[in-house]
Amino acid sequence: MSQRPSATLALALAALSGAGLSQADDDYIVLASTTSTEASGLFDAIIPRFTEKTGISVRVVAVGTGQAFEIARRGDADSLLVHDTDGEETFVAEGYAAERADVMVNDFVIIGPDGDPAGIADAESVAEAMRRIAEVEAPFASRGDDSGTHRAEQRLWEAAGVEPGGAWYRELGSGMGPTLNTAAGMDAYVISDRATWVAFANPQNLTLLFAGDEALFNQYGSLLIDSARHPHLRHDLAQQWHRWLLSAEGQRAIAEFEMKGQPLFFPNALAD
Amino acid sequence: MTTSDNPFTTALALIAGMDPVLLGIVALSLQVSLTAVLIASLLALPLGAALALWRFPGRGVIIVTLNALMGLPPVVAGLTVYLLLSRAGPLGQFGLLFTPTAMVIAQVILILPIIAALTRQQIEELHGEYHDQLRSLGVSRPRMMPTLLWDARFSLLTVVLAGFGRASAEVGAVMIVGGNIDGVTRVMTTAIVLETSKGNLPLALGLGLVLLGLVLLVNAVAHLVGETARRRLG
Amino acid sequence: MNDLRLPATAASEIPPLTFEAVAVSHRGQRLLGPLDLRLAGCRRTLVMGPNGAGKSLLLRLAHGLLAPGAGRVRWEGGAPRQAMVFQRPVLLRRTALENLTYALAVDGTPRGQRRPRAREALERFGLAALEKRPARVLSGGEQQRLALARAWLTRPEALFLDEPTAALDPAAIRAVEAAVLDFHRRGTRVVMTTHDLNQARRLADDVVLLFGGRLIEHTPAERFFAQPRTPEGQAFLRGELVW
Repeated sequence: MSQRPSATLALALAALSGAGLSQADDDYIVLASTTSTEASGLFDAIIPRFTEKTGISVRVVAVGTGQAFEIARRGDADSLLVHDTDGEETFVAEGYAAERADVMVNDFVIIGPDGDPAGIADAESVAEAMRRIAEVEAPFASRGDDSGTHRAEQRLWEAAGVEPGGAWYRELGSGMGPTLNTAAGMDAYVISDRATWVAFANPQNLTLLFAGDEALFNQYGSLLIDSARHPHLRHDLAQQWHRWLLSAEGQRAIAEFEMKGQPLFFPNALAD
Repeated sequence: MTTSDNPFTTALALIAGMDPVLLGIVALSLQVSLTAVLIASLLALPLGAALALWRFPGRGVIIVTLNALMGLPPVVAGLTVYLLLSRAGPLGQFGLLFTPTAMVIAQVILILPIIAALTRQQIEELHGEYHDQLRSLGVSRPRMMPTLLWDARFSLLTVVLAGFGRASAEVGAVMIVGGNIDGVTRVMTTAIVLETSKGNLPLALGLGLVLLGLVLLVNAVAHLVGETARRRLG
Repeated sequence: MNDLRLPATAASEIPPLTFEAVAVSHRGQRLLGPLDLRLAGCRRTLVMGPNGAGKSLLLRLAHGLLAPGAGRVRWEGGAPRQAMVFQRPVLLRRTALENLTYALAVDGTPRGQRRPRAREALERFGLAALEKRPARVLSGGEQQRLALARAWLTRPEALFLDEPTAALDPAAIRAVEAAVLDFHRRGTRVVMTTHDLNQARRLADDVVLLFGGRLIEHTPAERFFAQPRTPEGQAFLRGELVW
C-alpha cells in the first residue's frame, strides 16, 4: 500500500519528464563547481575536449563553494571541483569524498579604485596591503557568502592581524560577479580570483592593484564522491572525469586556456 | 553571443542573428513556463471553481492560504522543491534535481496559488450572476463548474496569463532547482543573472529585452484573441 | 408542431401550489407574509402590487429559488416541470443556439435531438436568423424571446415570469405576451408579475394583489377589474396605491 502513491507519483513524474523536457543523453555527470571557474569560461574550453574523448557530457552547476559542498553532501552531484583546501580535506575526513586531488591553481588579486586611496599598489606583502586598507578605512567589498574566495579573504585578514568591521567593511552575501559589480559601483577594494576579474566586463574605475604574493595562491581540488554513501551516483563516469582532469591531457587543456591573452589557471596535478 | 555597449543594439543583434544558443535558451524558457502554466491551470482552474461553488469546513483556511501563497518568495519555493527532489530528500529517487522537470515543478508551485485564487474570484462573480438561472434550469453544482469555467473563459485567460508572467519572469526558484546548467537548464532569467555576474551588463539587459519582448508578444496575442472574442460574444 | 401540447399532463393535472403561512424576513425585517395562497389549474395568474410589495419574492419562493423563513411552500402531489423567466434575462456567454442546446443537455435530451429541437424553438420565437449570434449582443427584446424559447424547450407545466416586459419596447412586449399565451395554450400554468394594468387586463385569468408584503386579494380577473373586493384594490386600480 505504501508503494502505490509513490508508484503513481513516479508515473506522473515520468510523464512530466516525457514531455520532451529532459535531455536525452544518458552519459553525463553533474559537476558542482564554483562561479569563478564557470564565469571565466574555463569549462567551455576544457569540457568539450573531455566529452569528445569519452562521450560523457558534464553538466556544471556553478555555485559558491559552501553550496557546492552542500549539494555534494546531499548526493546531488557526481563530482566536485572547488577551491577551499581546508574544507575539501574536512569533506574527505567526514567520509563524503573518497579521494581529493590538486588540479590547478590560479591566484587571488586585490582590485581597487584607480586612485588607490589606501596606497596598496607598492605594499611589500598581501598582509601589508590588507592592513593599509583597514588603516584608512577605505571601502572594502567582501563576498560574505561562505564561498572559497570569502574563506580565503578571511584567512588573509587573520594573517594580517586585522579584524575587519565597521562601516567601511561591506559584506555583500553575493557571488564574485555581483560583488565586483557592487564594488565598481561604490569604488571599493575587493579580493577576486584572477579568472573572474580578467573575464569581468564592467570594471568602471576598478583596476588590479596588488597580486603575486604566495599567500594569494588559490588551489583547486577535484573530489571523488564516496560511492558507499551515495550509491545512485554515476561514479564510473565521475571517476573518468576526475582521472582525465589529472591526466597529462586534462592538464594540458587547462594550461592552454587563455582569456584576453592571459593564461588564468596553472595545472599542478602532475607536480605532486 | 555578441556584445555591444548598447543593450538595445545587443538585443536587436541577438534577435537578428538568430543565435542558436539564444534560441535554445528561449525555447527552453517557453517550454518550461508553458508546461508549468498548463499543469498549474489543469489543477488550479477546477480548484478555484470548486472553492467558489461549495461551502465546506476549511474553505476559509484554503482561501487565505492560497491568497498568502500568491506572495510566496520564489527562492522559498525553489528551496522547498530542492529539498524535496534532492537525493537526500523524499523524492530523491527520481533524480529530477537539476533537470527542466524540477524547474516546471517549482514554477507550478509558484503559479498554482495565483491561478486558483484569481479563478475563485472570477467564478464567484459569475456565479452570482448565473446562480438563479442555472438553478432554475436544474443545473447541479458539479455541472455548474464546467459551465462557469467555460463562460468565464476570457477573464480566465487573463488569469492564466498572470501565471505565465510570473513563471517566465521568475529566477530565484529555477536557479536553485535547475542549477543554470549550460544547454540543459539555462533559461532566459538565469542567463541574465549569469551575464550580470560576468559584468556583461549590455548583454544581460539585451537578454532582458528579448524576454520582455517574448512576454509582451504572448500577452498581446492573448489580449487580441480575448478582446475580439469578448466583443463578439458580449 | 408536435410539442404544441404537453405530453403526459392534462391541464387539470398540474399540481396545485400552496403557500401555507409563508413568511420571509431579512435582518429582523418582515419582507413578505405571513401569507396563504393556492394556485391551481391551468390559469394565467398576474401578480400585481407597487414596488417592494413582495412580487418577486413570491415568485422566487414559488419556483424554489428561495426557502421561506417560516411556513411552507408545497406542490400538492409533487413538483411539476417548471421554468422561470427573469426581468433581465440571464443568458450564457455563447451563441443563441448554444444557449438552447445547453438547456436541453441539462434536461437530458439525447445529443442528436438537441440542435433540431433548439432550431425549432428559435423559429417559433422568430429568432432563426440569429442562431449563430452571441446571446449577449442581442437586443433586449431578442434576449427575452431567447429566454422564453429556452423555457419553451423545457416543456414546463408551470412558468414563472418576473416582470418580463419591464425593460422592453412595445413591439417586444407584444411578442412576449403572445409567447405567454402560447405557453398557456400548450397547457402551462403561468404566474407572472407586472406593473402594467393594461397588460394584466390582457393576460390575466386571476389577479394576486400584494401590498407591503401582505396578500391583499386573490380574485378572478373580470371581478378584480370590475370591482375589487378591497379598498386597497380599488385604490390600486385608480393608481393611488403607492408605497
